[in-house]
Amino acid sequence: MPTATLRRTPLYECHREAGGKLVPFAGWEMPVQYAGVIEEHRAVRTAAGLFDVSHMGQIEVRGPGAVRFLDRLTPNHVAKLVPGRAHYSGLLTDNGTYVDDLLVYRLGEEDFLLVVNASNQERDFEWVKRHAAGEAKVRDVSDEYALLALQGPQAVAILQPLTDVDLSTLKYYGFAQGSVDGRRAIVSRTGYTGEDGLELYVDPDAAAPLWRRLLEAGAAHGIQPAGLGARDTLRLEAGMALYGHELDETTTPLEAGLAWVVKLDKGEFLGSAALREQKHEGVPRKLVGFEVTGRGIAREGHTVNHDGSRVGQVTSGTWSPTFEKALGMAYVPAAMGEAGTEVEIDVRGRTVPARLAGIPFYRRNR
Amino acid sequence: MYPSEYLYSREHEWVKVDDDVCTVGITHFAQEELGEVVFVELPEVGHAYDSMDEIGTIESVKAVAELYTPVAGEILEVNTAAVEDPALVNDDPQGDGWLVKIRFSTASDLAHLMNAEAYEKYVQEGAG
Repeated sequence: MPTATLRRTPLYECHREAGGKLVPFAGWEMPVQYAGVIEEHRAVRTAAGLFDVSHMGQIEVRGPGAVRFLDRLTPNHVAKLVPGRAHYSGLLTDNGTYVDDLLVYRLGEEDFLLVVNASNQERDFEWVKRHAAGEAKVRDVSDEYALLALQGPQAVAILQPLTDVDLSTLKYYGFAQGSVDGRRAIVSRTGYTGEDGLELYVDPDAAAPLWRRLLEAGAAHGIQPAGLGARDTLRLEAGMALYGHELDETTTPLEAGLAWVVKLDKGEFLGSAALREQKHEGVPRKLVGFEVTGRGIAREGHTVNHDGSRVGQVTSGTWSPTFEKALGMAYVPAAMGEAGTEVEIDVRGRTVPARLAGIPFYRRNR
Repeated sequence: MYPSEYLYSREHEWVKVDDDVCTVGITHFAQEELGEVVFVELPEVGHAYDSMDEIGTIESVKAVAELYTPVAGEILEVNTAAVEDPALVNDDPQGDGWLVKIRFSTASDLAHLMNAEAYEKYVQEGAG
């Protein structure tokens, strides 16, 4: 994609100031790293990291009928979500495969915010609008929000002095509307790193001052600006799926190990018939973790072999800064053994031994 | 930044020539583009290669770079210190982070390489 067409978030100048290395990502010019992926990754695991995730899309769904509509559109149980809480869910096709994965925030009784991947924003909006068919009001509000993710064990200590939201009562996947550094914000105890952390939805013009304020306030706590590179290694260690890698229009939540977002007993929803059938028949393949035991780094697209024949493909693979070895995720036949099974991965023509492992690789101490 | 006694390839390798032996590594520019190097795979000592053969792999968290030999010849020595501690390639890419020593067969391979001045210009012009 030519650079001229890339979009910039309100934090673009901040990234340049912080020495960010900007790369094209999902149509945006985003920082892949500042000081270095490993250093940023470790800052998030041990102190705090600050990410710009303003490229993500937001879709507002509101009006009488919003709950009923979203329960028909998405697999998780929206009626059970209380205002002030968010849950993880998806947009699924009739076949039960992913159009996208997303977060659903219940702002009010019939007032919701869907947070979707940047790469799918327009398609998701069209999808939601088309299925709503007047049942609820659907608006693409992506340009009304900048999104900062403050992640790591020090996140709460850094943010608390700057906000009127009592973070001590804010549970995981809870959120509150309040003020941060004097500006209105949605403060959400969510993230994509496997650490405790907060995501801050703010007005676009509030983003840059807040970014600078958080870096300043967090300096004594060891905060670092963190880019997409660290975001990817962090989410991979935490076993979190990424659209376009673990999830796409050929994969279902059952195959991806996300059966917990599929509430088949809540009634019919888009993809429910296919998922009910798949649950009954059994999934043909499953998402597993692996660690490379030989020398090399398995990457996305590499073939996984077992007993000399091809059994699957790597969806994400990287060197893990926490474990200091190569890890990844792959789809393999459901009948294959569990953690501990030895496989071989074709790393650019070289056969490298690996061992299946449970997901997640990393679980924080709570 | 780029020592004048070295030669440089378009693939961002540097070459130091001592008689009929070339020491090869990746340039400062290359290591910076790659980011933190976490894996280095080098060829076996004694193997012979044609010029521009792929002889190794250098990987960072996000990226994979192939190492090509700028000259035809036989691998005399590999830097096991860089294999054991890949960060050496970032810390001192044009010194202790060298990668292989090759006894070259034809000096004419060297004619395709750039001098420091030309390489610096090549990098500045955004080639890569």
